[in-house]
Amino acid sequence: MERTTLIILAVICAIIFIAPLVMYSGLGEDDGYFGGADDAAGEAIEESGFKPWFSSIWEPPSGEIESLLFALQAAIGAIIIGYFFGYWRGQGKEE
Amino acid sequence: MHIMEGYLPLTWCIIWFVVSFIVVAYGIYQIKQIVDETPDSKALLAVSGAFMFILSSLKLPSVTGSCSHPCGNGLGAALFGPAVTAVLATIVLLFQAILLAHGGLTTLGANIFSMGIIGPFVAWLVYKACIKANISSTIAIFFAAFLGDLLTYVATSFQLAFAFPAPSFGSALTKFLVIFAVTQVPLAIGEGILTVIIWDRLKAYKPKLLDKLGVLAPNEA
Repeated sequence: MERTTLIILAVICAIIFIAPLVMYSGLGEDDGYFGGADDAAGEAIEESGFKPWFSSIWEPPSGEIESLLFALQAAIGAIIIGYFFGYWRGQGKEE
Repeated sequence: MHIMEGYLPLTWCIIWFVVSFIVVAYGIYQIKQIVDETPDSKALLAVSGAFMFILSSLKLPSVTGSCSHPCGNGLGAALFGPAVTAVLATIVLLFQAILLAHGGLTTLGANIFSMGIIGPFVAWLVYKACIKANISSTIAIFFAAFLGDLLTYVATSFQLAFAFPAPSFGSALTKFLVIFAVTQVPLAIGEGILTVIIWDRLKAYKPKLLDKLGVLAPNEA
């Protein structure tokens, strides 16, 4: 694909994810915005009277630790992809 | 898409565990075969898993005003098929269940079924159908990734509606579809685009390997 096409695609992608932040600018979690869909489903289930019968064996002790682990997850993925793509690019250039 | 720890009745936990176990076991067998036949594809397996790792860690805002995450399961499904993708999804889901308390060990089977089996299966079907129709693999991968992501969330909605059909199955399904699937539409489009970008680079760097795996359209090979 042309480099410009790739850039256009990346920009469209960015717009899709930035648009909600602009649309609901100023609204936060307390107003019921930007909560997780998983939690919303959990609440819907609890409304039906169901009590969760098992809880996580370990939970991140705070939001900070949770974001640390999420960043770690993304970093592991990014390192692997970056390593192989860099390696393949170099290989291609040598040939 | 994660069904939270303890939020599924025991019977359903067992049912999804059994179904998922069979597919994951077959996936492990397939990985062995693929690696024996084309040792080159090990790196591609790692990349497919890593792509899932990244995408499922990104919680993105949706135009509905709530947040969810993409799955990244379309790439692996197009390259290696749904059973192999189920194995990769299991690794991601275990990481999230143990370290992040997202999803759970009791609901692991159910979550593997939606993110590792139904989503990838649909993605794989769509991809193969497009390739057969001689549509460019770049366009095929967009629809595969888009539908693979979306159907993952539709599957979760069905799973919850089966387990909690109150007041009726239909109304429960609608409720869960609104929470999961509607939120997911813009995210699935985003995932489709990201997968296209990765796919384009794969095609540029490893055309021979992709051809060997038989994933390119006849006119691209």
